Amino acid sequence: MLKLERRPEASERWRYGSPLLALLITVALGIGLFVLLGKDPVRGLQMFFWEPLKSAYALGELMVKATPLLIIALGLAVCFRSNVWNIGAEGQFVIGAVAAGGVALLADKETGRWIVVAVILAGVAGGMFWAAITAWLKDKFHANEILVSLMLVYVADMVLGYLVYGPWKDPAGYNFPQTKSFEAVTQIPRLMSGSRVSVGLILALVGVAAVWVFLFRTRSGFVQQVGGLAPSAARYAGFSSRKALWLALLTSGGAAGLTGALEVAGPIGQLTPYIPSGYGFAAIIVAYVGRLHPVGIVFSAVLMSMFYIGGELAQSRMGLPKSITGVFQGLLLFSLLACDTLVAYRLRWQSGRA
Amino acid sequence: MRHIGGIPIALAEREGLMESYALLIAATLNAGTVLAIAALGLLINEKVGVVNLGAEGMMLCAAIAGFAAVVHTGSDLAGFLAGMGAGALLGAIFGVMVIYLGTNQYATGLALSLFGVGFSAFVGISYVQEKLPPRTQFEIPFLADIPLVGAAFFKQHPLVYGVIAYVLALIWFLYKTRTGLVLRSVGESPESAHALGYSVRRIRFLAVMVGGALCGLSGAYISVVYTPLWVEGMVAGKGWIALALTTFATWRPARILLGAYLFGGVTMLQFHLQGLGVQVPSQFLSALPYLATIVVLALISRNPAWIRVNMPASLGKPFHPSS
Repeated sequence: MLKLERRPEASERWRYGSPLLALLITVALGIGLFVLLGKDPVRGLQMFFWEPLKSAYALGELMVKATPLLIIALGLAVCFRSNVWNIGAEGQFVIGAVAAGGVALLADKETGRWIVVAVILAGVAGGMFWAAITAWLKDKFHANEILVSLMLVYVADMVLGYLVYGPWKDPAGYNFPQTKSFEAVTQIPRLMSGSRVSVGLILALVGVAAVWVFLFRTRSGFVQQVGGLAPSAARYAGFSSRKALWLALLTSGGAAGLTGALEVAGPIGQLTPYIPSGYGFAAIIVAYVGRLHPVGIVFSAVLMSMFYIGGELAQSRMGLPKSITGVFQGLLLFSLLACDTLVAYRLRWQSGRA
Repeated sequence: MRHIGGIPIALAEREGLMESYALLIAATLNAGTVLAIAALGLLINEKVGVVNLGAEGMMLCAAIAGFAAVVHTGSDLAGFLAGMGAGALLGAIFGVMVIYLGTNQYATGLALSLFGVGFSAFVGISYVQEKLPPRTQFEIPFLADIPLVGAAFFKQHPLVYGVIAYVLALIWFLYKTRTGLVLRSVGESPESAHALGYSVRRIRFLAVMVGGALCGLSGAYISVVYTPLWVEGMVAGKGWIALALTTFATWRPARILLGAYLFGGVTMLQFHLQGLGVQVPSQFLSALPYLATIVVLALISRNPAWIRVNMPASLGKPFHPSS
């Protein structure tokens, strides 16, 4: 009989091997799914793993989608490492977008380029505010942060809906539920012409370095993680769990809000009911697949971005529903969690009764 | 025809105020039933120490499974069975992972929810335009003819009464039978249950499958009875509200039922207020169930000692038999 046997210590090799094995399993399941649907699996895999890489333009698009995932996941990595379960990044993203959009709408023909900074800061503040509600309710009332942050996603969608169907609706927009298009001056600067890659990518990479330094080279980063790994040890050492809670939620909320700002003032350019994109949820998977490590998250964000682009291509070229992306994302996280068992346990054949 | 909780809006608008209250009560019971079935399933999970954050995903997959089954067979019963089957299957996958592979319950449940959202949308795409055969209007003979009271209480789907019977049976099972005692002991102290020779993991696994089946039944009820159609993401957070309900109810079956009706009422209130012409943005009214969940959750959790006394002691903790 196949038995799980606890390893004397966690396997370093499997810690990094497990995401790769999980990806292999996901690809295998994906091939099975394509065959089941009567589609050519080779062509299917091409959409996901070759098309997004094959030209400079495609690579740019890959980065456009990887950037928001990367930024949100970095915040979530800090959060999850502190054992704070913020799963409402999607809501913080939406409120960040709303706040940024509100500032962008103030701009007119005479406004200077400085408005971009205000737009970005408003996004960060919006996301922080939304996450702070969860932090406050957890801190003051011990309300479960998983449920509160998730409920707030729905509320955030309603706030956005209220604004774009109501007071912020473009009067000249033929009654479509959307704001007027933002002035060009609010546009997040792009890195080069011919590609939609913006300074968001630079901010994301700075974020990678900052989170790495914070987590592994500062005392407060250490304190933050001790609370997550061993709450009683943290208490004994006199580390404040309240401070860790607030820091975790404000960081991840701010990151999600920043992303909201980069998206609305970047590729989207106005507020519409379709701002909620699922990035906030996908970033949870990105954070996990990247081992909650800033460098790992870079790779997983790119991978997840390939899933998004592959899904869109599979829709337009193979007639498959775009939601295939969500299926693969879910499968990847499932496989990863299962493969992670191999970090702490090894498989053993055992004959007879145990 | 547009429906709120199975009741045509046009009908609600045509009747007078008293009649509309009767319809509000009927709709509340209907909406509460959706939440109660799922929350009672999650209760069984949590009684044995397992938190399944995948409720939303299981309900979505069951909603499309149930809807598809009714489209193909024309039988509601087949729809409910398909939903329960889908829920039990996903519950089993979740169970293997958290119970036998020892994966983190929160992360695995979350994975199940994310997967369920994507998978149901993927499978459901070809059912978006499909219609179900005409829905039956159920009535209890004679009682349904009583003015107002009949409309409020006696024109419901059989499952609305079924869930009440189930709660009574569950209370008897959990607190009056030996098996119920074993079940609870697995959640309170898996080590003791193990020492007494009970297979903690097998009991947990069975409970997780039953919980999944109930979440599945709730999902199928949504797409077959409550709003008889398929729309992407149509469960709309009800799985998460059901999860919150187990905490509100401090893990007591009867309180879950009452809590579910309360939340069903909040959900229906928005349509009622709109019908009365109250001048509040519709988005605010739609946000009410979620806001109410947050507020009640905060109020209930205010006293951590109270939660700790009532919560199954091993909730969320994996159990690995060491012998």
